[in-house]
Amino acid sequence: MVSGLINENPIVYEIKERRDVRAYSSNTDELSVDAIDQLEVFDILFVCLDIKDPEHPYSLEQLKVLTEDSVEVDDSKSRVRVTFTPTVEHCSMATIIGLCVRVKLMRSLPSRYKIDIRVAPGTHATEAAVNKQLNDKERVAAALENPNLVEMVDECLSPSFE
Amino acid sequence: MDLMEKNLELIEVQKLEGHTDRVWNAAWNPVSPILASCSGDNSVRIWEQSSLSRSWSCKTVLEETHTRTVRSCSWSPSGKLLATASFDGTTAIWEDLGDEFECISTLEGHENEVKSVSWNASGSYLATCSRDKSVWIWEVLGGNEYDCASVLNGHTQDVKMVLWHPTLDVLFSCSYDNTIKVWWSEDDDGDYQCVQTLDESSNGHSSTVWAISFNAAGDKMVTCSDDLTLKIWSADISMMHSGEGYAPWTHLCTLSGYHDRTIFSTHWSSDDIIASGAGDDAIGLFVDSKQHDSVNGPSYNLLLKKEKSHEMDINSVQWSPSKESRLLASASDDGMVKIWQLETIP
Repeated sequence: MVSGLINENPIVYEIKERRDVRAYSSNTDELSVDAIDQLEVFDILFVCLDIKDPEHPYSLEQLKVLTEDSVEVDDSKSRVRVTFTPTVEHCSMATIIGLCVRVKLMRSLPSRYKIDIRVAPGTHATEAAVNKQLNDKERVAAALENPNLVEMVDECLSPSFE
Repeated sequence: MDLMEKNLELIEVQKLEGHTDRVWNAAWNPVSPILASCSGDNSVRIWEQSSLSRSWSCKTVLEETHTRTVRSCSWSPSGKLLATASFDGTTAIWEDLGDEFECISTLEGHENEVKSVSWNASGSYLATCSRDKSVWIWEVLGGNEYDCASVLNGHTQDVKMVLWHPTLDVLFSCSYDNTIKVWWSEDDDGDYQCVQTLDESSNGHSSTVWAISFNAAGDKMVTCSDDLTLKIWSADISMMHSGEGYAPWTHLCTLSGYHDRTIFSTHWSSDDIIASGAGDDAIGLFVDSKQHDSVNGPSYNLLLKKEKSHEMDINSVQWSPSKESRLLASASDDGMVKIWQLETIP
């Protein structure tokens, strides 16, 4: 009986000890403008690594969907680009994962930020199509008005307690 | 009146606050000093200019009708009706009754989000388009009745905008499939067909085309895209006016390097200034260079670029039809609508 999961047996990686570069306020993972002068790769990565995979009880970091190389940021231009690697080439969860990353960043970054999300080149069968959809603002807005999708995203973004 | 020689500046006249989510579109009433704006907060705001103070204020809010984002709004040529297109799949028609607006009809049929609505020049037809890849033509009958006259299939993806030609009953649509399509009923019997597709092979865009706008004469059109360019097209429409058959559109020139994020909106003013609004938070203004190169054809120059005109993406730029002054409305993800005036600085 096929379970229906895209990736039955994901490889789960051990997370390395994270260097604590800055102290964060305990209330939210929101990065307020006055607390941070200049956002760097690590700041942005920090909010994304513990996003949960939609299908498995692991974080995107544990599945190496996101790594330290995933984030490129230019704070002076308020631009950030996140490149993620789906665990399998035909992953239909790619758009959900991309959406989760975008929502997490939208909720965490100052509104001046322009966010681009893409799949790592060569890691997905319909790379161009997925990237186009993930970066069409109107499509993203419409998707986020779909209650089922929002529920899925919120689930992936909800904190997991060890 | 050579604009390039003057010292022009886009001055912010007023900031219209009120929407509680991004503003997608702004539309000037063709006959009165009224501006409509629509938003992700599911409402439409009607702003009116006071004849005494000349300032703009929110006259009324049209809410509790659309249940999702209102994506675009368009006034009928008479200025008495407002059509609003929504992600809830419907297009509402509102009548201005003076103190209030009444929703007199709701057009249903699209399978999912409606992205744009446009009235033809005489107000006898409406067109809508949707993520369901179709373009619908509606006939305006008497007594608040609207009938679906045609469902046009052809686009292979989400249709972003529809626009009727300013003088002819020719319909234009642009899409996520990177093309612009032209629809025409040759025998004028209401049977519309796609008579032209402007794609990459016609020197067209290489990514989603977000908007279309015509010059006043209707013989030129500008389109803008996610490919970061604006393209100017022209057609011999006198041929169409004299009934000699369809006059195809051809690429005239491409404006690139001015915006580094998706250009969401473009509008051609009645006095020939092209405005652009993009995801880089900037408004661009372009004019014909008037230097006709026999090899390369007409070219357009940047008149000015207003950086940081809003705090977030600009979704819509619209020139006011008013002849008195060069007013431009812009709508943004930051929830604001701004009114600008293009002025000569001493």
